[in-house]
Amino acid sequence: MSTKKETSGASQFNLGEFLTKNSMTIALVVVFVLFYFLTNGRLLYAQNMSNLLLQNGYVLVMACGMLLCILTGGNIDLSVGSVICMVGGLAAVLITNHGVSIFLTIPLCIIVGLLAGIWQGYWIGYVRIPPFITTLGGMFIFRGFGRLILDSKTVSVQDAAFLNIFTAYIKIPGLDTDTRILSPLVIGVVVVAIIFYSTISSRAKKAKKGYRQNSALVDFGRDIIISAVLLFYCYLLCQYKGISVMLLWVVAICLIYHFITSKTAFGRYFYAVGGNEKATKLSGINTNKVYFIAYANMGLLAGLCGLLCLARVGSVNGSTGTSFEMDAIGSCFIGGASAYGGSGKISGVIIGALLLGVINMGMSIMGIGDSWQYVVKGGVLLVAVIFDVVSHRKSGK
Amino acid sequence: MADIILEMKSITKEFPGVKALDNVNLAVERGEIHALIGENGAGKSTLMNVLSGTYPVGSYTGEIYYNGDLCQFKTLKDSESKGIVIIHQELALIPLLTIGENMFLGNEKKNKFGSIDWDLTYNEAEKHMRQVGLYESAQTLIKDIGTGKQQLVEIAKAFSKNVKLLILDEPTSSLNDEDAKMLLDLLLEFKKNGLTSIIITHKLNEIIYCADKATIIRDGSTIETLVKGVDEFSEDRIIKGMVGRPMDDRYPTREHKVRKEVSLEVKNWTVYHPLYHEKIVDNNISFQVHKGEVIGFSGLQGAGRTELAMSIFGKSYGSNISGELYLNGQKVELKNPEQAIHHGLAYVTEDRKVNGLILEESIRFNTTLARMDKVCAKGIIDTTAEKNVAEEMTTAMGTKTPSIEQKTGNLSGGNQQKALLGKWMFTEPDILILDEPTRGIDVGAKYDIYCLINQMVEDGKSVIMISSEMPELIGMCDRIYVMNEGELRGELDAKDATQEKIMSYIISAAN
Repeated sequence: MSTKKETSGASQFNLGEFLTKNSMTIALVVVFVLFYFLTNGRLLYAQNMSNLLLQNGYVLVMACGMLLCILTGGNIDLSVGSVICMVGGLAAVLITNHGVSIFLTIPLCIIVGLLAGIWQGYWIGYVRIPPFITTLGGMFIFRGFGRLILDSKTVSVQDAAFLNIFTAYIKIPGLDTDTRILSPLVIGVVVVAIIFYSTISSRAKKAKKGYRQNSALVDFGRDIIISAVLLFYCYLLCQYKGISVMLLWVVAICLIYHFITSKTAFGRYFYAVGGNEKATKLSGINTNKVYFIAYANMGLLAGLCGLLCLARVGSVNGSTGTSFEMDAIGSCFIGGASAYGGSGKISGVIIGALLLGVINMGMSIMGIGDSWQYVVKGGVLLVAVIFDVVSHRKSGK
Repeated sequence: MADIILEMKSITKEFPGVKALDNVNLAVERGEIHALIGENGAGKSTLMNVLSGTYPVGSYTGEIYYNGDLCQFKTLKDSESKGIVIIHQELALIPLLTIGENMFLGNEKKNKFGSIDWDLTYNEAEKHMRQVGLYESAQTLIKDIGTGKQQLVEIAKAFSKNVKLLILDEPTSSLNDEDAKMLLDLLLEFKKNGLTSIIITHKLNEIIYCADKATIIRDGSTIETLVKGVDEFSEDRIIKGMVGRPMDDRYPTREHKVRKEVSLEVKNWTVYHPLYHEKIVDNNISFQVHKGEVIGFSGLQGAGRTELAMSIFGKSYGSNISGELYLNGQKVELKNPEQAIHHGLAYVTEDRKVNGLILEESIRFNTTLARMDKVCAKGIIDTTAEKNVAEEMTTAMGTKTPSIEQKTGNLSGGNQQKALLGKWMFTEPDILILDEPTRGIDVGAKYDIYCLINQMVEDGKSVIMISSEMPELIGMCDRIYVMNEGELRGELDAKDATQEKIMSYIISAAN
């Protein structure tokens, strides 16, 4: 009797805490299951699952940058949709109308995005114009430039090389033939191996140094669930065209920003500024630069998104990217970023973006119109933040 | 039989994982000033929150009797309707509203149409302001009056609620000695008119000065109640009750080993206000610190001491700063805090919550923030190294915490101060500037901080200490500079410094 209590006491599994900590992951699963039944299983079709990440790729990329802005104190960037239009428009016009090489166009377009970010970052970081105002200005300015560049027309891109860089599907000779695609599974198995290896080595390291650690059940249980989901997803990709280059871009960006926010000194400064700017400044950190980098970086990623969108849709017009910023902002807040800054993780943002994506896709499959999608999306955003605020209040934060 | 106005019986209050109050008893007689004392985290504020209904009935066990009736307060309003008013350490006034608006906030004076009757509001407000000796217009904005007067507004606000039992949580912690004494005299005045007060404070001299009784709380339990005139009622006696053992020496002794080398010298330093560029905050100040020396800066609030320290620390305050700064004989210009830190300066702020710590983040996060480069390789954090140094600094400072992952916002005042000191000790400063290092923390934690100062100078480093507590400066420093109204008024050797001498420098300056 007493021994039982002791074993559960050492590294106790607390259901309540588990639920609060993983509330959004659980919500994602619930919503997914719900739409699976509502769509009679069509949600899980290989094509739909493949498209889920590709359609929302641009949201994920933007949300990574948006998280940095939000971390600095709940500040958002309203101009990203317009930057997408401007950069996408520029790329389309250069390639289609002027026949400029894509090797020149792509770097040039990303630099233009970065310049837009630098422009805003300068005003926000060094002159201290409120971000809301600055980026509201940017939202109009860059939208205007976008339309000027496009001459208010829709411009499409057929350049195969350009499309290949962003939207082609990977074919590995030997693994993939026209009838049989295996590369996703092979890559999936490699990733799973890496996940297990890193858990084992980190546990061994902790054990050696005598640090406290989770029970093996929790650590490996988590790995097994993640691996199962990953392998299943890879299996689906095998049934539909395989791995898209776009997916690689998105995964790479997410990993890079996860690394920056969790493992680098500069990433930490975003959290510090959002937590207490005065204290951060007195700690010898250039807080102006932190703001500047957050917005310059946002411009850079918005530029990249402009290219991704152009490649995926195939054309750009004057209203491309409208309200995209709201998807990115929504993903961050649904993913648990604090509206006051100072807290939030890339992993949360990914969950947030996927949650919005699943809802969009589920409702589209069911044939529910745009208007209702807006209503549901707004409702989910509000509920997510209410839940976050209330659960923190209960836990006495 | 004594006339008991308030009796709290066997109050026990638990938070998840902690027993904040364990069977606490408190009896307050009508018309007395009752002091509640204890170290930080002893449970004083929790007890008062139980009394005021901030923690509603049912969330604690035990009974509260007020005027002989059993009380079951569910909200703050319930207790206020009985005349129990609590004034918190952090003043709850809104800076951009007038005194009158603040006084009746949530309790507005309305006319028969339901809109605010401004004439009545300001008239009533001024009436209560006169009661506490505040002769300002009720239409003055809160931000335009000093902290001392703001404290008076809070008390006037209590009067507007028809207060019978006034509870003051650290009322003088942000006041200078002069304003503090005025406030205490005011309490004594009210006492004559029959008002009962409970005062929570760390300043023992204030208790001796004004309290009739002192109840000591330690680790969530009542230890004893001392009665003036019956028990021994001295600072030493109270300290003994607070820490559980007599403290023979409040300032640890050290051999004075001031070296010849000057580590920091400031010449003709002048600082202007950051917003009002024509206002001089520090005027033509020159001073020096030797290696192995502790120097103190004494003065009233607003004398320009914090501003001087911050302007030296990488121009983190002020505008149009002129003057010369020498470190180890070398002239330097420190343009920002980063350069100051790399030149071996550390500034530990007087306001740890606003300027010091990131309260939402852990001790680990805060410890390394000022010198991330020490735990980074090419900008990438070595998490193991970071944990190690955080553990190391936490142990070295004696910070009491369940783990280094604890949010600093959840620590008590004394432990927050130690965490903050840990952060700055991690930068390995040669010159440590401490701004009010012991404000609002308990005797035990103070002693630890004094020991740390001694350790610094033992190692040949220099310490600059800004403090409003003169005994502390006299007890700890080698030399004391006295400032008033932005100017340096005098320099004393701590051996012949007395509180009277320091005061006389300040006062002579005023004439």
